[in-house]
Amino acid sequence: MGYFLQQLINGLTLGMIYGLIAIGYTMVYGIIGMINFAHGEIFMISAFISIITFLVLGLLGMGWVPLALVLILVTTMLLTAVYGWALERVAYRPLRGSPRLAALITAIGMSIFLQNYVQLLQGARIKPLQPVISGGFRFLSESDFSVNLSYLQIFIIVLTICLMLGFTALINRTALGRAQRACEQDLGMAALVGIDVDRTISLTFVMGAALASVAGLMFLLNYGVIDFYIGFLAGIKAFTAAVLGGIGSLPGAMLGGLLIGLIEAFWSAYFTVEYKDVAVFSIMILVLIFRPTGLLGKPDIEKV
Amino acid sequence: MNNRATSDHHDTSLLTVEHLSMRFGGLVAVDDVSFRANDREITAIIGPNGAGKTTMFNCLTGFYKPSVGQLTLHHPHKGDYQLERMEEFHIPQQAGVARTFQNIRLFPAMSVLENLIIAQHNELMRASGYTVTGLLGLQHYKRAERKAVEFSRYWLDRMGLTARAEWEAGNLPYGDQRRLEIARAMCIKPVLLCLDEPAAGLNARESALLNELLLFIRDEHKIGMLLIEHDMSVVMGISDHIVVLDYGRKISDGTPESVRNDPAVIRAYLGEEEDAELPPKVARDIKKN
Repeated sequence: MGYFLQQLINGLTLGMIYGLIAIGYTMVYGIIGMINFAHGEIFMISAFISIITFLVLGLLGMGWVPLALVLILVTTMLLTAVYGWALERVAYRPLRGSPRLAALITAIGMSIFLQNYVQLLQGARIKPLQPVISGGFRFLSESDFSVNLSYLQIFIIVLTICLMLGFTALINRTALGRAQRACEQDLGMAALVGIDVDRTISLTFVMGAALASVAGLMFLLNYGVIDFYIGFLAGIKAFTAAVLGGIGSLPGAMLGGLLIGLIEAFWSAYFTVEYKDVAVFSIMILVLIFRPTGLLGKPDIEKV
Repeated sequence: MNNRATSDHHDTSLLTVEHLSMRFGGLVAVDDVSFRANDREITAIIGPNGAGKTTMFNCLTGFYKPSVGQLTLHHPHKGDYQLERMEEFHIPQQAGVARTFQNIRLFPAMSVLENLIIAQHNELMRASGYTVTGLLGLQHYKRAERKAVEFSRYWLDRMGLTARAEWEAGNLPYGDQRRLEIARAMCIKPVLLCLDEPAAGLNARESALLNELLLFIRDEHKIGMLLIEHDMSVVMGISDHIVVLDYGRKISDGTPESVRNDPAVIRAYLGEEEDAELPPKVARDIKKN
């Protein structure tokens, strides 16, 4: 029982990180029907921005952890958002209206470019970070095992839930969110009611990057090591999460992320760690066989 | 956008189309068409299928950039706009040109009410400080949103859609979707409303209601309208002015009375024996068949 609970906590923490990245995939897909394969790299870059900010703050002698975390969070979100904006402006906007395949290839190209860019600037070796938030609660102590809920995990879960609530409010309540939903349904018509479509798309990339940057910071805190290659697998898994939940659906992306985190945690705990990725992708295939539009995706009904 | 003296009286022109041509490769969809549409009048654009009517609308609303020609909107309060040079989304936003589509284009997954609120997007965006303050739920934005909802409610009421305000727009019956599309265009607060076959698919009773609605918009909201329509009961019933296109060219222009009796129009609609007076292109086509 304790063991199960521990895996549940670990899986949820991991799932929150995947979910935050998955939102970026699902939003961009929803609005311009394109899969932004460079999104995983944006996540990776944000982890690097976080670690650099940590070191800078450390050098400046910032000792109080909560304030440092807030500063890092804000800096990372802002800088990563700039990357997200630039990515769209430089690589995708010129291709708007060209065949989908062109945009897809460009996205893969940007992904490789960003990986190499970080590799060149930061080197290929892994970058470690001392644990910043340590300690936690222990409970359900049995003879040789006790459930451990660390402060870091609480931080990750609470922050993700707050971000999700804020983000849902943004999409459902504000004029910007309404414009995004309109663009999602009919880009041409959105322009005809006076919505600046280019700006709305830019902001979608910015928002996706900002959420991914929080995931990057969490990843860094949770694992303590990063390298230029972490964006690939995390990106693919978050993309899987988005597809699993129903691409284009925001709650779906979060649900998909949580499921993938849980599957990974439980599979590693009860079966073999080596095959956890196989398990994740197999379950995605199974779900897609029975629900091709994902768990929360709307079925595509052809009107006759 | 040179500023012109504001003119508020009747019978002023609202739209001047000069030498508009639109070519797609070798196909000339609109060929050197010029006409004027007056403010507070309904100007119908009629013609057989393929005459270039919808292409002209697409040029007006920025969907196409015309190959040749000038489209000048004389905004009653803000001066002149050259529509052919404007960004697509600035045309509704700044020049105040709104349109509807032959095959209705609503935001089907949004509620009926939201379809109307989205048309007031720019006012709300400004009021929300481009989302920054809106997210914090400041009073100013809430007031703007309440105003937008009130304005939408007025149109829902006018269209008899109040009871269905929370429906998904895509689930509305056909006639309601048509009316909702017109309501959405009106929520842009346009000075020129372009209607592409608003009576298509409506039954006799519904198209009589449509006539009433369009006259109401003209008289109460004091805006000009361009109307593409095949239903002659609508066209002849409510138009102040008719422009007839055939094969992309203007063949007649005037009051309903004069257009009805224009031989060129009769020829275009009914055809005629081979005749020296036929435009050469038309004559060629008739021979072919």
